[in-house]
Amino acid sequence: MKGMTVIVRTTASWVKILIFLFGINIVLFGHLTPGGGFAGGVILASSYILLMLAFGREFAEKNLSLSLSSKLDCAGALLFAAVALVGLCYGGGLFFWNFIHQKYFPDTGNAITLYSAGIIPLSNIAIGLKVGASLFMVILALSAFRPTESGDQKE
Amino acid sequence: MTIFYVLLLFIIIAAIIAVETDMLLSAVICVGAIGFGGSLMFLFLRAPDIAITQIVVEVLGLIVLIRATISRDSTFISGDREFFGMVVSFVILLAIGLAGVGVLQTLPHFGTPVFTKAADAASSIYIRDGLAKTGAANLVSAVILDFRAYDTLGEATVLFTSIIGAMVILRRKSKKALEEQES
Repeated sequence: MKGMTVIVRTTASWVKILIFLFGINIVLFGHLTPGGGFAGGVILASSYILLMLAFGREFAEKNLSLSLSSKLDCAGALLFAAVALVGLCYGGGLFFWNFIHQKYFPDTGNAITLYSAGIIPLSNIAIGLKVGASLFMVILALSAFRPTESGDQKE
Repeated sequence: MTIFYVLLLFIIIAAIIAVETDMLLSAVICVGAIGFGGSLMFLFLRAPDIAITQIVVEVLGLIVLIRATISRDSTFISGDREFFGMVVSFVILLAIGLAGVGVLQTLPHFGTPVFTKAADAASSIYIRDGLAKTGAANLVSAVILDFRAYDTLGEATVLFTSIIGAMVILRRKSKKALEEQES
């Protein structure tokens, strides 16, 4: 797959960074505004899928390779499990105990700030990493091995 | 209230076209129309979290389905329906519809939350204590990542396992093809 025309390529090269920043915004402000880790992760993956559709699979794989995205996937899952385990070990004694909020910011006076919700932004970042990387991996794999006209598998 | 009936009619018409049409590409586009109608319904029901997730996943799924459709050789659906299969599906639909009507009698009226009927429902506790206990202004995030975070961990595990399965299946196929090319 070799990508699309010049018009699509130019538009994609301008729009891709806006989509990526919108995904980061949705992930980071998931505890204040509608959104969250899952939706933000899908938006992050869709910015790379736009690259893949416009410039071809090799260009997208050069930007975010399959091994790096699988590492990001595992890092997101491990970060989410680590947040849960720190809550268990760090004095709360409960799985997913909100240790940052309960220990350091127990008052609700500064509720509408970026760090007010304790472990919820951390979990949002972990789930966003995980969902984005794994969806990009699946679509890369689905588009990589599709059959050509002669019937054999294209690389 | 009228907007929901209009959107419901739109979704039902799109679903019927998606089943009945002969072209694969228009069936895929009708599936996308169903998803966008559902997203609009969530937006009018004041559930923006679900609406954002629905529309984003719908766009991504539509891209994947259209690419899979275009790369196929035969984009037309052929073949007739069996009479026995249609009768069985009508009977099953009738049974599920009757059961749904029976369930609808016991539900609270459309638009009235459960905690107005039962004072000790879990949702009233979330709404009353959610900000003080978690510090998150978005109560949906507070529920899925703090009160019910164990569910989210299970969902993440399901996603992780399914991705591993998909990668294993797709990779084995390509390795086999590469070996055949070499030999």
